[in-house]
Amino acid sequence: MNIDFLQTPRGKLITFAVLGIVLAILPWVLTGGFENGKSWVRAVDFALLYIMLALGLNIVVGYAGLLDLGYIAFYAVGAYTYALLNSPHLQAMLPYWLHNPPFLLMLLIAAFAAGVFGLLLGTPVLKLRGDYLAIVTLGFGEIIRIFMNNLDRPVNLTNGPQGINNIERVHFLGLDFGRPVEWLGLTFDMVHLYYYLILAFCIVIIFVTLRLQHSRIGRAWVALREDEIAANAMGINIRNVKLLAFAMGASFGGVSGALFASFQGFVSPESFVLMESIMVLCMVVLGGMGHIPGVILGAIIVSITPEILRDVINPLQEGLFGKRVVDPENLRMLIFGLAMISIMLVRPEGLWPSKRRAREFHEHDEEARA
Amino acid sequence: MDIFIQQLINGLIVGSIYALIALGYTMVYGIMQLINFAHGEIVMIGAMVTITCINLLLDLGVQLPGPLLLLAGLLMAIPVSMLLGFTIERVAYRPLRRAPRLAPLITAIGLSIVLQQLAMLIWGRNYRPFPSILPTKVHDFYGAAITDLQIAIFILAFLLMGGLFFLIERTKLGRAMRATSQNPDVAGLMGVNINTVISMTFVIGSALGAVAGVMVAANYDQAHAYMGFMIGLKAFTAAVLGGIGNLAGAVVGGILLGLIESLGSGYLGDLTGGFLGSNYKDIFAFVVLIAVLIFRPSGLMGERVAERA
Repeated sequence: MNIDFLQTPRGKLITFAVLGIVLAILPWVLTGGFENGKSWVRAVDFALLYIMLALGLNIVVGYAGLLDLGYIAFYAVGAYTYALLNSPHLQAMLPYWLHNPPFLLMLLIAAFAAGVFGLLLGTPVLKLRGDYLAIVTLGFGEIIRIFMNNLDRPVNLTNGPQGINNIERVHFLGLDFGRPVEWLGLTFDMVHLYYYLILAFCIVIIFVTLRLQHSRIGRAWVALREDEIAANAMGINIRNVKLLAFAMGASFGGVSGALFASFQGFVSPESFVLMESIMVLCMVVLGGMGHIPGVILGAIIVSITPEILRDVINPLQEGLFGKRVVDPENLRMLIFGLAMISIMLVRPEGLWPSKRRAREFHEHDEEARA
Repeated sequence: MDIFIQQLINGLIVGSIYALIALGYTMVYGIMQLINFAHGEIVMIGAMVTITCINLLLDLGVQLPGPLLLLAGLLMAIPVSMLLGFTIERVAYRPLRRAPRLAPLITAIGLSIVLQQLAMLIWGRNYRPFPSILPTKVHDFYGAAITDLQIAIFILAFLLMGGLFFLIERTKLGRAMRATSQNPDVAGLMGVNINTVISMTFVIGSALGAVAGVMVAANYDQAHAYMGFMIGLKAFTAAVLGGIGNLAGAVVGGILLGLIESLGSGYLGDLTGGFLGSNYKDIFAFVVLIAVLIFRPSGLMGERVAERA
């Protein structure tokens, strides 16, 4: 297809229409076409959550250039906020008007809580740069996780390593997202309902980040990333702009965390280990930092590849050797690790970088050659 | 038993191990400004190879005193780790030397995953016990217990650090390393073969890491495919605490971190009236780190680096 055609208004319209139809029927194709289709829809739901997370982290790392290795902490804060307000675990201690708040309000609360934690992290690390910042954010993430793991006494706040159970599903637009719904002759199961819910929020977040990119704030972030001193000299308030990046990235994480908790029905500290932060960072970097389509692509690849490998490896082994020679779980992580290394070696700028970044890399090549 | 002295001893032993590993991080960082995320995995591989080697010798019925068996294991593990360190640099870091800093970070994380999974495939998912070949005699030290092993760990760690300092300060290779860390391009112009220097840095750091891995395994009587992650994280914290890129800083940071962790987790329960217990042990590393970086952003002994335009 001609690339130029896609840039015309009509081309764009057609692209979006096709994309919209694909996204709308995707879960039905999956459930219809595969034996274990529901688990595939589930995997796609998680991929959408990861897209939201990666876009949030992209604000911090990709736009503002602040390397954050503890991003999953905000996801955790959002998830626990949702879990605490929407499960029997803590409700006895809370005033009744805090029980099961309306869905949109709940998301605002989760975003706000995560944003506050973002400021909490951002304020002390304003002066830090590069790797120091990375390690402090990493430490912050671990601290949050260790507290979640241990705050079951003296007051049982988080129920420790067992986590919180029986979290209410989302009730929104008169629907209970935990129960199947019959509509147009189709049975919308929980995974389907959540697919559309998460997809909707995904689109909102994509829209917001797209609009942010070229806004005054977005340009200030890029200036900050490229050269902090020069940005300051140009009249950008470094402190506020940095804090805004942390808080905004964090609140995106908080929203996806809340959706995660409601979807899963269960949260425990195990879901928020450092490896998760690293995975989200990999999505951003592999896809192409600062470039939204790239980041989305990265999130899809990183979250779906292990799922596909899970389904492929066992039959393949049995076909080749007649039995399972190695543990599939190990093998799929191994392949995943190797893929990460090779992608970075071949395309250090990411799979789908912005034109500007690709050009920067190109410049570098010429510099090296000269 | 005197708890304070006991915790002090434990802290010093663990701290000296942290310091050995931290040296590996800090050497690489000093020269390439790169966090070698896979260093923890080298530590783990060192421990695993040694255990396998000792078990093999025991199975063959070799009659040797425990320390010699351990030495044989080490002599096997050190070259393996060195080779691994060399390969890692060649495969994952060298091609990206001029790439932006996040790219090698991702390959490092990828490598770390690959090595962990390989170790799981080779050695299984369970804890591997350290063969009980070492004398378990306990000495009394001012009311605290200390074993021969702990004394040996402490002495060996400091001998190795001394050796490293000699290497860096007094030998030709050391001078080349210092020159490269100051300015690789100029060092290259002055006739330093930068590629060799960087390779050697990885090799030396990996050797220290392998020894440290054996120390960890012997000290806790076990090894595991995931052990490298947490210990690497703490050692890296120690390196940052001391001022990353600074060798003396890594040693000071390592020892300090060991002491803080050990004393902190020992007394935290008493201090907070039972509100927080020793299960918060892993928090100390990070809280201290954050506090140091806020008040002294370049670490305890790091130099203030001028901002690059």
